[in-house]
Amino acid sequence: MAEATILRDALVYLGAAVVCVPIAKRIGLGSVLGYLIAGCAIGPWGLGFVTNVQSILHFAEFGVVLMLFLIGLELDFKRLVEMRRPVFGGGTLQMAVCGAALGLGLWAIGLPWKGAVAAGLALAMSSTAIAIQTMAERNLLNAPVGRSAFAVLLFQDIAAIPLIALVPLLGSAAPGGEPGWQLALKGLAAIVIVILIGRFLTRPVMRLIARSGVREIFTAFALLLVFGIAELMALAGLSMALGAFLAGVLLASSEYRHALETDIAPFKGLLLGLFFIAVGMSIDFGLVATRPGQLALLVVGLLLVKGLALAAIAPKLEVTSERWLFAALLAQAGEFAFVVFGVARGARVLPGEWDALLTAAVALSMAATPLLLLAHDALVARRARSERAADAIDDNTAPVIVAGAGRYGQIIARLLFARGEKVTVLDHDPDQIDLLRKFGFKVFYGDATRLDLLEAAGAATARLLVVAIDDVEDNLALVDLARSAFPNLKIIARARNVRHWLELADRGIRATERETFESALRSGRQALEVLGLSPHEAREVAEAFRRSNIATLEAMLPHFRDEAKTVAIAKSGREELEENLRRDREAQQRPDTGHWQ
Amino acid sequence: MIERGSPVRRARIMPRVILLLYAHPHPSQSVAGKALLAAVRDLPELTVHSLYDVYPDFSIDAAAERRRLAAAKLVIWQHPLYWYGVPALLKLWWESVLVRGCAYGDGGTALHGKDCLWVTTTGALPAAYANDGVHGHPFSAFVPAVQQTARFCGMNWLEPLIVHGAHRIDDGALQAQAAQYRAKLEQYRRSHG
Repeated sequence: MAEATILRDALVYLGAAVVCVPIAKRIGLGSVLGYLIAGCAIGPWGLGFVTNVQSILHFAEFGVVLMLFLIGLELDFKRLVEMRRPVFGGGTLQMAVCGAALGLGLWAIGLPWKGAVAAGLALAMSSTAIAIQTMAERNLLNAPVGRSAFAVLLFQDIAAIPLIALVPLLGSAAPGGEPGWQLALKGLAAIVIVILIGRFLTRPVMRLIARSGVREIFTAFALLLVFGIAELMALAGLSMALGAFLAGVLLASSEYRHALETDIAPFKGLLLGLFFIAVGMSIDFGLVATRPGQLALLVVGLLLVKGLALAAIAPKLEVTSERWLFAALLAQAGEFAFVVFGVARGARVLPGEWDALLTAAVALSMAATPLLLLAHDALVARRARSERAADAIDDNTAPVIVAGAGRYGQIIARLLFARGEKVTVLDHDPDQIDLLRKFGFKVFYGDATRLDLLEAAGAATARLLVVAIDDVEDNLALVDLARSAFPNLKIIARARNVRHWLELADRGIRATERETFESALRSGRQALEVLGLSPHEAREVAEAFRRSNIATLEAMLPHFRDEAKTVAIAKSGREELEENLRRDREAQQRPDTGHWQ
Repeated sequence: MIERGSPVRRARIMPRVILLLYAHPHPSQSVAGKALLAAVRDLPELTVHSLYDVYPDFSIDAAAERRRLAAAKLVIWQHPLYWYGVPALLKLWWESVLVRGCAYGDGGTALHGKDCLWVTTTGALPAAYANDGVHGHPFSAFVPAVQQTARFCGMNWLEPLIVHGAHRIDDGALQAQAAQYRAKLEQYRRSHG
């Protein structure tokens, strides 16, 4: 019977996710909203397939744990130490300002002051899961706004522990638990154990398992490690996610980092999806129906007060140009609020009806995050459009946009820059970008296939867009977006291979270079020279090859969607080249042809 | 130069009677060249083939050029005079397109009977081309190399159009030369229609 339930639940979750997420993603709502909608649909207030929401939510928190572990793997210890200022300085500021504003707001609408303090601080914490998943989807994690947001989220994970411990002290109930110093000692001991495990135990064990050659046991060990550390932290009363993060950091420099990443990533993805589904399920639509006014006031008030507070302190957290994005990313309340409310109710700090209302408001604020971001995108796009009129007058300021500042785009950008052109670069690799920015390039972080970023970069007035992205799918996505949104914008594109070249040509992009073709021809010329051809002869042979090759591509173009035909033409093109080369060779062997006597 | 067509597409040419080979490394900066081109480029059956635009890397597609020549009745070489001769790319065009077996020698009859018109602009005033002038010779001393190239390939040499002092010529005089150029080509079309 129990197995049947598990199987049925799995069917429901997987089915809902498979239906809702691709649709949400396709229409631009992002995967998080897709999962939340799936949760609403199958939850007690939707189709009612699932009723044990709280236990699912609890289980799915492991998705957040695995996510923090993976983030830890990306950060080594040195970078973590470098982050201590934004984490502790910025994090404290955020908790204090947002907590005070929200607490005052709650007190003003009638919550007793003790409850207002606890709930204000609880709501000041944001949802790590939603914020980080959204930032990852938008390639923002390494941008300044992403780094600052992450520092704030990390501090909240740390701050949650004393907060949960201190809330009962506000209450009238006797603090039945252990004294504070004992709690602190237990926490410290747990952290020391995690460090010992991560530093000394894990690597020899992993080496042993890797040598055994049983791949799935390595995966099992990776999961065991993360879940074990999470359990240990939970026992000590600390945040599971924080422990997993710490373990990740300790393993970031180990040789098994990539293996751990690839093994854990799918579990993280699915469990995180389950977590969002559970949040969707936990939205109490009964309360929405009976007390819509109060709930709306709470949700809007929460997002407004917290969002404004975040935008106000953003410059202090080294977020300057994207403060509203920062606010939209972190304005929701997070999963810690559920825990704090539970504790507060137990300690009789929070009256029962407030608990239900606030819990519903938290879930709704999480669901509102993707919508806030969409609204933010639309506003940025509108502002970019309204600025276009002003820009259009001054044609000399119209930029050349280079999307992708890697090995390829960088050379193009530098060449144009050397000619004194105004170059705007789009990329999501901070290392390349910092350097370019130092030399006077205008640089935008982020995913170049996003319309708002293109508009912010001035695509509406730009004279030229150079698509130098190496990933074929992203490259074509940007070309399609630019062609539909800015039909007059000229486009030069980098093609990865013949197939990509044909895809671009089929879209009318003819100023296309295959990324290795020209340099390979040059190497070929060098090879011919080593084999005894004169430099000029080698050049002529390479030119003949080049011409024949391009002619073959052109011939393929009308038929290229018909795979079989393409192969046939490519073959006859090769035969033609052979014949051309033979003819060239014969011509070269006749000494007097083409020369004056 | 973004929309530069591919060599293959370029090779598919219409049967046009007048082929104007234009050789100027910086077409947009040439005052006289631009004025002369503007006067004739809308003539029907005339193709302007700007060598420096088509072959910026000097990689001349000789086969395509020969196909182009075959379709023409009148070939115009228009260019600024550089070092008493044609610009490097036009010289290279001669060397790689007008080869033995095609333009001269055994079976080299591809250009036989076609007409050739030389149109060139010079920087100096006419007086500079004299035995006691800066250039040490009358201008006619610099004509034979071009003229004989055409004749060696069996082409008929038409009276050339020489525009001296291209840098200092006043607009009226330039327009007069341009109009003369156009009249010349219209006259040609009438007599060879």
